[in-house]
Amino acid sequence: MKSLEELAVIRDKMQALVNLRNEATDCTKIVVGMATCGIAAGARPVLKAFSDGIQEKGIKDVMVIQEGCIGLCQYEPIVEVTAPGKEKVTYVKMTAEKAAEVIEQHIIGGNVVTKYTINSAM
Amino acid sequence: MYRSQVLICGGTGCTSSGSDKIAKRLQEEIDKNGLTDEVKVVRTGCFGLCALGPIMIVYPEGTFYSMVKEEDIAEIVSEHLLKGRVVTRLVYDETIGENEIKSLKETNFYKKQHRIALRNCGVINPECIDEYIGRNGYEALGKVLKSMTPDEVIQTILDSGLRGRGGGGFPTGKKWQLARNLVKDADQKYVCCNADEGDPGAFMDRSVLEGDPHVVIEAMAIAGYAIGATQGYIYIRAEYPIAVQRLQIAINQAREYGLLGKNIFDSGFDFDLDIRLGAGAFVCGEETALMTSIEGNRGEPRPRPPFPAESGLFKKPTVLNNVETYANIPQIILNGADWFASMGTEKSKGTKVFALGGKIHNTGLVEVPMGTTLREVIYEIGGGIPNGKAFKAAQTGGPSGGCIPAEHLDIPIDYDNLIAIGSMMGSGGLIVMDEDNCMVDIAKFFLQFTVDESCGKCTPCRIGTKRLYEMLEKITSGNATMEDLDKMEKLCYYIKNNSLCGLGQTAPNPVLSTLRYFKNEYIAHVQDKKCPAGVCQDLLTYKIIDIKCKGCTACARGCPVGAISGTVKQPHSIDTTKCIKCGACMAKCKFGAIIKE
Repeated sequence: MKSLEELAVIRDKMQALVNLRNEATDCTKIVVGMATCGIAAGARPVLKAFSDGIQEKGIKDVMVIQEGCIGLCQYEPIVEVTAPGKEKVTYVKMTAEKAAEVIEQHIIGGNVVTKYTINSAM
Repeated sequence: MYRSQVLICGGTGCTSSGSDKIAKRLQEEIDKNGLTDEVKVVRTGCFGLCALGPIMIVYPEGTFYSMVKEEDIAEIVSEHLLKGRVVTRLVYDETIGENEIKSLKETNFYKKQHRIALRNCGVINPECIDEYIGRNGYEALGKVLKSMTPDEVIQTILDSGLRGRGGGGFPTGKKWQLARNLVKDADQKYVCCNADEGDPGAFMDRSVLEGDPHVVIEAMAIAGYAIGATQGYIYIRAEYPIAVQRLQIAINQAREYGLLGKNIFDSGFDFDLDIRLGAGAFVCGEETALMTSIEGNRGEPRPRPPFPAESGLFKKPTVLNNVETYANIPQIILNGADWFASMGTEKSKGTKVFALGGKIHNTGLVEVPMGTTLREVIYEIGGGIPNGKAFKAAQTGGPSGGCIPAEHLDIPIDYDNLIAIGSMMGSGGLIVMDEDNCMVDIAKFFLQFTVDESCGKCTPCRIGTKRLYEMLEKITSGNATMEDLDKMEKLCYYIKNNSLCGLGQTAPNPVLSTLRYFKNEYIAHVQDKKCPAGVCQDLLTYKIIDIKCKGCTACARGCPVGAISGTVKQPHSIDTTKCIKCGACMAKCKFGAIIKE
């Protein structure tokens, strides 16, 4: 180790991993429905895409978690995004590609991707 | 990239209840369910809530599972990790709210804690230097080497008000300053770490070394830069195998990264570390005995002065600090002296780790700001005393400390307050006693410990503690007189005033503090020949209450020495000359007809 920059490189690389171990209380939650119906419809790659995407982009105060059956099995995979003080947004029939769009536009940009929400599907 | 991480405690407590098997099984189940690339298993150091081990936390949710068994693993993996359904029956009940699982930080055990020394314990994998760096590890060392002079480092530690966490409470900055300035032309200086934790009931140093070994390495390198030393030694007891192993791994990793060795951070500063194992003698926690032991001699203390700052290890200027003291240093460097000094009381800054043990719900490790009251620690964080029993006393400071009675529960804990009430901070062991504990017996327990551990070099300690122990035995066997109590007190002061080192000078403290606060118990033993708590066997007699006895003969059949006689359906009686006071009859009796007094 010859310089502080070298140390910072390791630190930044590791921070995504260790920061996952902090429970942020007032954070945005991305909840992926992972019951049997969800998994069968392909929820696992969706969950992975959200989790990786958030960590890769180093986005803070966002928690990606799973949940059981949300109750609308024909619309699985379902993802709910809850930001503090805002109304819950429910995305349906998600894929890994759509997940990347949601991260880009909704989580980072702050604009709900309406074409994937439950309201436009029903 | 992992979407979820499962942290499993790998401290000594949880390991002894099988956490390594659980971790292995967990990895197998994760592989079996195809989650290998999604879920990471991390073995960490101690979480602190040892009473509920083995402990497991699932992130990002922060679900806290307690008392996990190997059989539960398949369910946790298939339900929680795969499908996101929390296995509620295994969740720590304090975190179960009405509709949701509460954050661990909101539980009584954690919410009043403030973790500085323990900040990485239970958070990082102690065998991975990258994880430590991910938590800003080695940044303080970098900052010191690149942008501070040794005098500025010492000034920062002085301003922070940090005092030695090993028990004495000597200002750490002052110690460093003396080691830097006292001897001007020293060709070699040393930095030592006292990890010879020996107080019964204290295990915070072990937990820091097991959970966050790099923090000690980083802090010792900082101390080396501050005083001008290039070599350090960590003196650790061989009875801590996990800590020794992780420390060695950490030292190797630090060397590999060039964070130990020559020219660290290209600053021209050299520093290296070695481990020295102690063979388990309590006296080697005393600084001069510790250094004598590192030198390869029999671990015996020597008179001070000269103090180690002037002539310590191999007669060179030496700084010796305790593990917990070092664990505070990098954070003070990174966050500033004012940040640290803003916590605590006027003369005791920062936080202190306590090891809770004895008659308390949440046995384990807690870190609270100085000035927290004993009541908060015992009742709020510790969860109070089990089985609805009444609090009698808290023992702090191990064999060098004393007992604190209920009347002092609301005193803010700091170095000076504890000394004022006849105890001491010590290393932070806190043993809680309830109404079933006999205080004379407690004093005898600690004296037995010091008798065993006295190194024998000086007479007041070697013979004095033995005589003191015999006097206590005389009291608990009912053969003492009131005159003996006075003699005993005099002997206590004699030992205190004339012993060579801290071991002897503090050995009578358990006797003196119990005499001060629980003299009535001593008097009951001496005058009434009774042990009020029903502990001292020689003073107990078992009796059968005639009107309650149904003559069922259960007690007579249970008595191993045939001391109980009587006919069926008639009240029985105990022959006290035959009775060995084992209590078997009392356990057998269904009618509560047998009492001890």
